[in-house]
Amino acid sequence: MSQPPKIFDRALLRRRLHRAAADWQAHNFLRREMVDRLADRLLDIDRTFGTAVELDARDDLLANHPAVQRRVQQLQLLAPVARFGTAVQGGPQLPLTGSMNAPLMAVADSELLPLAAASQDAILAASGLHVLNDLPGSLVQIRRSLRPDGLFLGAMLGGESLIELRQAMMNAELEIEGGVSPRVAPSVEIRDLGGLLQRAGFALPVVDTDRLTVTYNDVFALFADLRGMAETNVLVARRRTFSRRQTFARMADLYQERFAAADGRLSVTFELLFMTAWAPGDGQQKPLQPGSGQTPLGAVLT
Amino acid sequence: MSGTDSGDGRQVDPRLLEILVCPITKAPLHFDAQTSELISSQAGLAFPVRDGVPIMLIDEARPLDQDPLAAGKAALNQVASEKP
Repeated sequence: MSQPPKIFDRALLRRRLHRAAADWQAHNFLRREMVDRLADRLLDIDRTFGTAVELDARDDLLANHPAVQRRVQQLQLLAPVARFGTAVQGGPQLPLTGSMNAPLMAVADSELLPLAAASQDAILAASGLHVLNDLPGSLVQIRRSLRPDGLFLGAMLGGESLIELRQAMMNAELEIEGGVSPRVAPSVEIRDLGGLLQRAGFALPVVDTDRLTVTYNDVFALFADLRGMAETNVLVARRRTFSRRQTFARMADLYQERFAAADGRLSVTFELLFMTAWAPGDGQQKPLQPGSGQTPLGAVLT
Repeated sequence: MSGTDSGDGRQVDPRLLEILVCPITKAPLHFDAQTSELISSQAGLAFPVRDGVPIMLIDEARPLDQDPLAAGKAALNQVASEKP
């Protein structure tokens, strides 16, 4: 069986996450936003879930969220790196005990889930779905780990994220270096996500989107945050040499020119995509079989 | 609550082994208390358990001896030694 080409360097991502753990709370605003909005969607679902797992749990924000505590009886965490928790101030301490809201089940890669088939009532993911090499494959694994009528609720970064930075960087590279290097990760369009969920065998998929705009004094403060939350470039095909200082200076100028507000602050866009989908189960609404209608259309239209 | 002693004094909850499977083959794992590892015999990998937390990453797993001849001999020896 041939392996599809790897797009994202998962080992590099783990090293970055490990490093970011040291000062996580200063930079994890994006995780906080995604957790809050994911929890809102969980609260919209009028049901409680017995056992659930959070994938790619980078801290205990989702585990301690009031919405999760109301809706989930027993949440366990799969963390991307073992350092998480110990290094995060106020975060879960390793090893977690029963006194915490959600014990750490294991350290795991969301590309290769160690979850038994039909073992969970819900699977939640607020981080890391945008850097999976095989999103459809991960979705299939998630669906198989769910019991019938189990819920998958996921938040991921969409392709419009950091659009300003990408444009400024691309133009600066073109101007100064005469070419562009790979910095933009392939991403999923919202219109494709529903189809992906369906192909992975989910029922009743719903995808919606939020846009988050934050402002920064300068583009280097944005870089510090991206590094601090391990969201810098992890493409396998990333450029391995340093870019010229001049290129970054030009990029900063271009960003300022094009994307600064009246007060001079730079706006930065993040597109957040949310997936709600269910493992097929009895009692879910289903379309009728074609040809099973009893009333001819003509009878209604006349 | 009873558990399996993992050598360093930590416990692996038996209920965990009901929901945790090999990330590659999705087959059940068994816990080796002596080495504090979760063994996936099909994948030929041993996943470490550190501070009671299973590390289910392929990078961190130890490949098991894959030589079928050696494995067969070991099994035969075991059977021989168990005979009264």
